[in-house]
Amino acid sequence: MRSSGSSARRLVAFSVLLLFVLFAVACDEPQSTVVPKSDTAQQVHDLYLLVFWLGMIVFVGVTLAVFGFAIAFRERAGRQARQIHGNTRLEILWTFIPVVILVVMAVPTFQTIVDTTGDAPEGALEIVATGHQWWFEFEYPGQGVITANELHIPVDRPVSIRLKSVDVIHSFWAPQLSGKVDMVPGHENHLFFTPNEVGEYLGQCAEFCGTSHANMRFRVFVDTQADFDAWVASLQQERIQPADELAVAGEQVFTTGACIGCHTLRGTIAAARVGPDLTHVGGRTTLAAGIMDNTPENMARWLRNPPGVKPGSLMPNLNLTEDQIQQLVAYLESLQ
Amino acid sequence: MATAAGTMPVVGSHTGLWSWLTTVDHKRIGTLYGVTAMLFFMMGGVEALLIRTQLAVPNGTVVEAQLFNQLFTMHALTMIFLAIMPLGAAFFNWFVPLMIGARDVAFPRLNALSYWVFLAGGLLLVSSFVFGGAPDAGWFAYTPLSDKNHAGSGMDFYVIGLLALGLSSLIAALNFAVTIINMRAPGMTMMRLPVFIWMTLIVAFLLILSLPVLTVALIELLFDRKFETNFFIADNGGNPILWQHLFWVFGHPEVYILILPAFGIISEVLPVFSRKPLFGYSAVVFAGISIAVLGFAVWSHHMFTTGLGTVPQIVFSASTMAIAVPTGVKIFNWLGTMFGGSIRFTTAMYFAVSVIALFTIGGITGVMHAVVPVDTQQQDTYFIVAHLHYVLFGGAIMGIFSGIYYWFPKMTGRFLGEGLGKVQFWLFFVGMNLTFFPMHFLGVAGMPRRIYTYDDGLGWGMWNMVASIGSYIIALGMLVFVVNFLLSMRKPATAANDAWGLGATLEWSTSSPPPEHDFDVIPVVHDRDPLWYNRDHGITPEAPPAHQHIHMPPPSYYPLVMGGGVLLLGVGVLSHLAVTALGVVIIIYAAWAWTLEPTD
Repeated sequence: MRSSGSSARRLVAFSVLLLFVLFAVACDEPQSTVVPKSDTAQQVHDLYLLVFWLGMIVFVGVTLAVFGFAIAFRERAGRQARQIHGNTRLEILWTFIPVVILVVMAVPTFQTIVDTTGDAPEGALEIVATGHQWWFEFEYPGQGVITANELHIPVDRPVSIRLKSVDVIHSFWAPQLSGKVDMVPGHENHLFFTPNEVGEYLGQCAEFCGTSHANMRFRVFVDTQADFDAWVASLQQERIQPADELAVAGEQVFTTGACIGCHTLRGTIAAARVGPDLTHVGGRTTLAAGIMDNTPENMARWLRNPPGVKPGSLMPNLNLTEDQIQQLVAYLESLQ
Repeated sequence: MATAAGTMPVVGSHTGLWSWLTTVDHKRIGTLYGVTAMLFFMMGGVEALLIRTQLAVPNGTVVEAQLFNQLFTMHALTMIFLAIMPLGAAFFNWFVPLMIGARDVAFPRLNALSYWVFLAGGLLLVSSFVFGGAPDAGWFAYTPLSDKNHAGSGMDFYVIGLLALGLSSLIAALNFAVTIINMRAPGMTMMRLPVFIWMTLIVAFLLILSLPVLTVALIELLFDRKFETNFFIADNGGNPILWQHLFWVFGHPEVYILILPAFGIISEVLPVFSRKPLFGYSAVVFAGISIAVLGFAVWSHHMFTTGLGTVPQIVFSASTMAIAVPTGVKIFNWLGTMFGGSIRFTTAMYFAVSVIALFTIGGITGVMHAVVPVDTQQQDTYFIVAHLHYVLFGGAIMGIFSGIYYWFPKMTGRFLGEGLGKVQFWLFFVGMNLTFFPMHFLGVAGMPRRIYTYDDGLGWGMWNMVASIGSYIIALGMLVFVVNFLLSMRKPATAANDAWGLGATLEWSTSSPPPEHDFDVIPVVHDRDPLWYNRDHGITPEAPPAHQHIHMPPPSYYPLVMGGGVLLLGVGVLSHLAVTALGVVIIIYAAWAWTLEPTD
């Protein structure tokens, strides 16, 4: 039995190492599910830890038994297999013990389900999030603000997000703030949480939604109340009048070209709702649903051939000339 | 194939392509299923390798988005419907009659038909790659992504292929249920059935009850796509969530359809090589039945993020947790079987023991997903990919290879090499853990499933690379298996009746490979482990009479003709309805001729 004892120790050491790796690595990952930054995410994470450790006990127990029995009862000269058919007491025992473990899990599970579903708290900030192939639209009905792919919310105030889709099923998921809830056409869902730390959090569509599912990302900016108010105020403005010559020419290209067929740009004639609202596109940090930084170079790359940057993009290649692209870039980047 | 070892004249031809096309022998049909499924298994493996190669590094450029989406859709469909299910069917075909002491299944020609329809369905599905692109909406094909507004012709191949495959499985399930209930040898009561046969019976009922739901869903989807109906189209008043309910009412029992045959296999292998009876036989059987019944009450746990509401979330959370209890009972009884044994570590035993450990990991993460709030963080992430592969690779595939090594001498008269077998085992074991264990970390780190690309800076690069390396190690293991198989088939067929010298069940009492009629004399069963009982009580089987005529069903080509008709039926829906009409005519002709065909 000495050899089985030492291999058991090695197994325990290995498991501990795995755990260490699991947590050490998880803490460096910006989209991690185990670094909660809201009350809801924290409650889910507490439950995760409970289930994780209960599962770990079962895992270690069964694994030790498998390897232990495999070593202890391997065939050897003179060993006779014991002809036992079963044991009713053991059967009852190992039916009953899992039931107890499951009850320990079930009670806080049901409690958390009740807490995290149902109605949002009173006074929550209302947001409507709509999934599109392949970007997110965020609307603040109380503030009259519409934006895309970058959600701003104030810290320490509950937010209630109504989830919709205009085409296929998407899923709204910013792991540090909340578990995911699907955006289903014809079936409105909602989720709510109270963020508790200022910061920038990553989100991503979690339900397979077609060609560029991988390129449907978003960001959540949890701001101080003052920063949030300033952001809302800036977004409530109509578009900034283009100042320099290049940008003026860009607005000309925009309002006389195909752009207005799909986009809204308040202060111009563009009022379509197919693509993202571009009234303040220059103020966003990323482009094309969070897949690249908002720089003039990237904006030009996008305008040159959208489906080349984002496969399947519903914005087609408009065959713009280099001049038009430079004008549009200057214009759009000026729309802070 | 070696000729039958029996001495009696039997009807039927034995060699050549024609004999395979017209065979109604359950063993040959089992071989057809097994070889076809292995080829599909390798195809599904190549799809997996392409996926893993693309994801090995951030911003990979090996395959494009569209192809990637086809690959993960086809990988799942191939592995589920064209590899694991038919590999299960291969074992059912080979061993249901042999283990219950029968000379064939209840409906031999129907059995052949189920193979030919399976082949037709498989070819229809796979042919989509060359006819306009494979299905790319995921194997679950959620509407609206799979409807006519969002998906191309690949989805039609999906619908038609799965309808044919479902038909094949339904035919086979009815056949095996009837065979097991009616054709047991004298003395083999239900509670003396080998556990593998019990699991086969349970799988048959799962198929009979769940496949019609899938069929309904597929036909509704087909009508939405082709005939302007609106079952699932939200804009016109349909409900896309309805598809999810229908799909998972089939899809969750399907998980048990995939895993229970492997549970049955290791419930045979563990006792034999531990040299003691299965611990808690009736507990294992009733646990299997409980799993099957509860399996119909947990489908919505695939839909915890769809906005089910508070009460349904609690109900399906509770039912999903409950299913862990009978599953645990099985695991503990397998451990009880090893306890106190004198274990002979053949390759088959390596695979069987590994199933206990690996499946346990998949089982535990499964319970984690029953905890709804936790599931909302893990659903559709790589954590689920890890979970399902511990169940389906660690459980089903490892179990199936245990069965292949265990029964290979019975099927061919030859042993697979034990040395190469253990090399394969370790490549599979190390490879699968390297591939799938890091996926837990990736899921926890927030990596969604079904993404063809991911950015640097999310911390996912290292574990993806490890997983990709692991997948190549698995592929190497498969290569070793193919070499092992080819080398073994070149050796003479010398295996004794009881090839391992430890056999407990009836298949080990006849020759290896068995004669066409399986048993010279139908055995009489006195115990759950009939051969051990006979050994311990000095009972020798009755000698066959000097002259006897054993009536076996003659070969028939009508199953093949009807299978061809089903193929044309499908091709017609995908091309021109005139072809469908031709298919209908052929099916009616085959059914007519089949009915009138003389049986001796």
